[in-house]
Amino acid sequence: MSAPPALLQVRDLNVRMPTPAGTLHVVRGVTFGVQPGEMLGLVGESGSGKSVTLRALMGLYRRPVTVSGTVEFAGQDLLRASEAQWQATRGAQIGMIFQEPMSALNPVLTVGTQIMENLRTHRGLRGRAAAERAAELLDLTGIPSPRARLNDYPHQFSGGMRQRAMIAIALASEPRLLLADEPTTALDVTIQDQILRLLLRLREELNMSVILVTHDLGVIAQTCDRVAVMYGGRLMETAPVGALFREPRHAYSLGLLRSLPGSGARRAPLQPIPGGPPNLLALPPGCAFSPRCAYASGACLGAEPPLVPVAPDRASACVHAAALPSLTGEVSA
Amino acid sequence: MRRGMHSHYVLKRLLQIIPTFLAVMLVVFLLVRLLPGDPASAILGDRATADIVERTNRQLGLDQPLPTQFALFVWNLLQGNLGDSISLKVPVLRLIGERLPVTLFLTVYAAALGLLLAVPLAVLAAVRRNTWVDALIRGVFQVGLSLPVFYVALQLLTLLGARLGWFPIGGYGSGTLGHLYHLFLPALTLGLNLAAVLVRTLRSSVIEVITAEYVEFARAKGLRPRLIMTRHVLRNALIPTVTLLGLNIGALIGGAVITETVFAIPGVGRLMVDAIFGRDYPVIQGLTLTFAVIVSLVFLLTDLIHARLDPRTELS
Ligand SMILES: Nc1ncnc2c1ncn2[C@@H]1O[C@H](COP(=O)(O)OP(=O)(O)OP(=O)(O)O)[C@@H](O)[C@H]1O
Ligand code: SF4
Ligand SMILES: [Mg+2]
Repeated sequence: MSAPPALLQVRDLNVRMPTPAGTLHVVRGVTFGVQPGEMLGLVGESGSGKSVTLRALMGLYRRPVTVSGTVEFAGQDLLRASEAQWQATRGAQIGMIFQEPMSALNPVLTVGTQIMENLRTHRGLRGRAAAERAAELLDLTGIPSPRARLNDYPHQFSGGMRQRAMIAIALASEPRLLLADEPTTALDVTIQDQILRLLLRLREELNMSVILVTHDLGVIAQTCDRVAVMYGGRLMETAPVGALFREPRHAYSLGLLRSLPGSGARRAPLQPIPGGPPNLLALPPGCAFSPRCAYASGACLGAEPPLVPVAPDRASACVHAAALPSLTGEVSA
Repeated sequence: MRRGMHSHYVLKRLLQIIPTFLAVMLVVFLLVRLLPGDPASAILGDRATADIVERTNRQLGLDQPLPTQFALFVWNLLQGNLGDSISLKVPVLRLIGERLPVTLFLTVYAAALGLLLAVPLAVLAAVRRNTWVDALIRGVFQVGLSLPVFYVALQLLTLLGARLGWFPIGGYGSGTLGHLYHLFLPALTLGLNLAAVLVRTLRSSVIEVITAEYVEFARAKGLRPRLIMTRHVLRNALIPTVTLLGLNIGALIGGAVITETVFAIPGVGRLMVDAIFGRDYPVIQGLTLTFAVIVSLVFLLTDLIHARLDPRTELS
């Protein structure tokens, strides 16, 4: 059974950042793939390296930050790509939505300008055609009277509208892969729903792939096909969404799921994972999660457990993957 | 609607200038009269008798009590009359009208050269920050900043003017091209001085903007590096520079007084120097008023440009 070729295949991605306190190894040996039209959820606590991973995929880091590994997109290795190859890929075929719309939008340019410069660069649209299309894109993301808002500056937009403007910008080039860093966190539930529906529709219409970064496992359950769980700069588990929610194969995933507030009849007590994120400058020996893990044993403390296949289409970096309880039993009990 | 708000603002600012002018005039009026010596002795020379000096003073209205002199001056001013020059015997307004364009030309020329030097070098220093290129650019301008204007003027004059003979060593020339050619060295003198001030600020604001997230986002959008530099980086980095340029207009005019003297340029700077030595009160007062008007207008213009560049500015 050979899988179709992935649109994006990341292998052993490492990002190191020199700081006065020492070099931070922020992303450590991350490996995953994204199929055409697939929506991959990337989840993990604050500081686990989600945003840094996306930025590294976009080739946004420059010295002194170093990025190693391979990032294969549509058959070419982006980390070794020439500036010209990057020019044809970045923004054009891979779009990115930044986490903070307030600081990611240029304060002195109108929202219209910031959309239209994309349309011009990647779609060859200018003048009226570009303005029409820009208004269409704003409309698509649910901004009322889009034509008039093209002339507004970012500070004249509300937080939620800025977020949507960012999405419109990223979608302007109709990318094949969209990297969405918490695209709905700033939004209220109705609009969040609208945006997620929009992403799903675009995925259908354009066969666009999406990497969706979020804290919210609920959002992942609602939209994603697969999920990758990140902790301390490493992937802990990758799995189809349904399988992960039913039967997590990593103690950290299990912890995350247990900390989810249940809903309706399944309302279960919230059990946040005790402790805080690991210090990247002083990682524990073995599994990075071990100081907070209820299942930790001597076997977890040797070398850092690698991410290995545990079932078809699933991989886990947990020594006790097979011994973890499944959640279906717990919920029905 | 924006337009309307702007003109309202401009009108308000212009009205606010009036009390400032009255204060400036009073101070200058008193200061020139505190200078040792008086116009009569300056005109008549050392050998004049006390009698003649007194008669001349009476003719010039300088025997009146100070409040009367000031009231008369303001009254004339309101009628657009700045009085006559004591030494040249022509209306001050006409003198200034003849000389001011020369100085304005020199000042604008110097500002343009200063920006032409400062912007690319500051961007280069910022992009190559903490390398030898950066150190060199900053070092050269640091030295330039500590050199007096007249010293730089004399060096340029000696080297490019007298020794190499590339540029004329004085005068104003005729026609725009002639002015550009003749004023090159003095404008360069002032421009270098201005660039030294601007490079430092511009470099740090370019560095600040280059590392801003919206520039990273612009890169993620796949825009061409040149577009990112001009539209996203410079548009933002120039905002504090415009303010700094406006604040330095006073220094630029002050520098013009010196350079005009060194390069024998017939501008208001030279006129001012002559008037001070000749105790030509009406000319000194007229010029000070002119400088105050120019500086105020430049400040207003700076604020308007600032508002244009930064849409977040509230004019009020
Ligand atoms: N430019 C940088 N210099 C130094 N450290 C950085 C830099 N960018 C990120 N880090 C560090 O790298 C780690 C991962 O950061 P990242 O932004 O990827 O977290 P995240 O998973 O996106 O978190 P969040 O959910 O809060 O957005 C954090 O410890 C952060 O402090
Ligand atoms: S490897 Fe061990 S310590 Fe790490 S998550 Fe699994 S059980 Fe816990
Ligand atoms: Mg993040």
